[in-house]
Amino acid sequence: MQNLDIAIEVTGLRTKYGDHEVLKGLTFGIPKEKTTVVLGGSGCGKSTLLKHLIGLLKPSEGSIAINGKEITGLDEAGLDEVRRKMGVLFQGAALLNSMTIGDNVALPIREHTKLSEATVQIMVRMKLDLVGLSGFDHFYPSQLSGGMKKRAGLARALALDPAILFFDEPSAGLDPVTAAGLDELIIKLRDVLRMTIIVVTHELPSVFAIADYVIMLDKGQLIFAGHLEELKTSNHPRIRIFLERRPEVETYSPDDYFKVIAGD
Amino acid sequence: MAFSLLKDITDASRIINKSFYWTFISPFRGKPVRVRATISEMVKAGYNSVPIVAVISFFVGIILALQAAYQLKRVGALIYVANLVGVSLTRELSPILTAIIVSGRSGSAFAAEIGSMKAAEEVDALVTMGINPVRFLVSPKLMALMVMVPALTVMSDVIGISGGFLLSVSVLEIHPFNYYQQTINALLVKDVFTGLIKAWAFGIVITIVGAYQGFKVEGGAEEVGRRTTSSVVASIFLVIIFDLFFTTLFYYFT
Repeated sequence: MQNLDIAIEVTGLRTKYGDHEVLKGLTFGIPKEKTTVVLGGSGCGKSTLLKHLIGLLKPSEGSIAINGKEITGLDEAGLDEVRRKMGVLFQGAALLNSMTIGDNVALPIREHTKLSEATVQIMVRMKLDLVGLSGFDHFYPSQLSGGMKKRAGLARALALDPAILFFDEPSAGLDPVTAAGLDELIIKLRDVLRMTIIVVTHELPSVFAIADYVIMLDKGQLIFAGHLEELKTSNHPRIRIFLERRPEVETYSPDDYFKVIAGD
Repeated sequence: MAFSLLKDITDASRIINKSFYWTFISPFRGKPVRVRATISEMVKAGYNSVPIVAVISFFVGIILALQAAYQLKRVGALIYVANLVGVSLTRELSPILTAIIVSGRSGSAFAAEIGSMKAAEEVDALVTMGINPVRFLVSPKLMALMVMVPALTVMSDVIGISGGFLLSVSVLEIHPFNYYQQTINALLVKDVFTGLIKAWAFGIVITIVGAYQGFKVEGGAEEVGRRTTSSVVASIFLVIIFDLFFTTLFYYFT
């Protein structure tokens, strides 16, 4: 983390759903103008963490500062101000199905600016061209393939030229070629537009292709934060299991196993 | 159990609060209700229900006239069929029939639409774009139903009375002009007006219940279906409760 500017700083983040603690006190920083991957197995709390970073959930404890501005205590109006500088690509792209792709991309522009309709149309075409979807503005989301939907969702996330871009499992449900195309796009966005990019994923090929910096969670705890090279050489047993795709070994003694199946 | 009921009540009051804020107050603070979406909701909820409301009102008018005649004939007061049909339709049956049809068509559609958007993270996407989902999704629907349920009720009044009229002049052999005179004399402005106030309130109830059930969806498609069903049941139930309340109110205070 030395000699890197920090875009997002998380301190002592804790969250509970009822009695179950999902995030158990996370402290880390996310560097500016780099791609940071949040890595971890299913159910480790990485999607919950993402929802905190974009202000959809409020933590039970701890603070989140985005570009030095604390967001956990903000009201809706204050959060909207922060969110205007963020773009989010959801897992299923989350395009509004009742609108065309063009209207979807135009939605945040129309909502937050007073630009003329002609300017809005030009911006929409620029964004769609950036993600390789020129000429698709009259299509409805249901007429597009999974990969194209994600690209369209990305165009919408980029509509207001955000400084920080979040991706929730960008390659989930895509074939390897399409997923690689999306990775390519993420790298381009970082290099050309100098955006801070945060990707939540568990797809290793994608991690090795795009990550500069990696944060790894395990059962709600932070087990690694550092550069990709450090991750590759780490000796932490949980990280090795993950990187070598080994199944988790269940260590039951025969007595314990009996207790488990007897339900006692 | 008690805790979850309390949570349901706070959630519902939050939706009511926000819906009213974004529909009635925020337009005066420079955030107007989306006009095009409102018109499209009006077409879906109002214009498209015209045929079904018309047919049902017509039949109910005939049924009412027949049932009234069954008793009134025996006391030789057949002409009072006109009073009974006119008053019961405008004060009671038109608003409630319209509300039940609109609950079934639009209330369920609101719950399904918002619910599937919630399941597909579209509601979250709106929030991250800095667009309030209640303003974006609920306000146009609330505006549309506040206008369209009373409008459909007026239509139902007219068509229902025509149904009663047609039956009375043909089967019951009441003179058309007498029936017309009798209806005009029986109906007071307040009968029609109280019916419209009810219809307006029913429009609000149906929208809020549909939106509430939609926003409560947490899981996937299965829950959308479940919430859609409960939105219809709950809105018909609440419509009847509100009907009881308004009828009592109007009985004593008009």
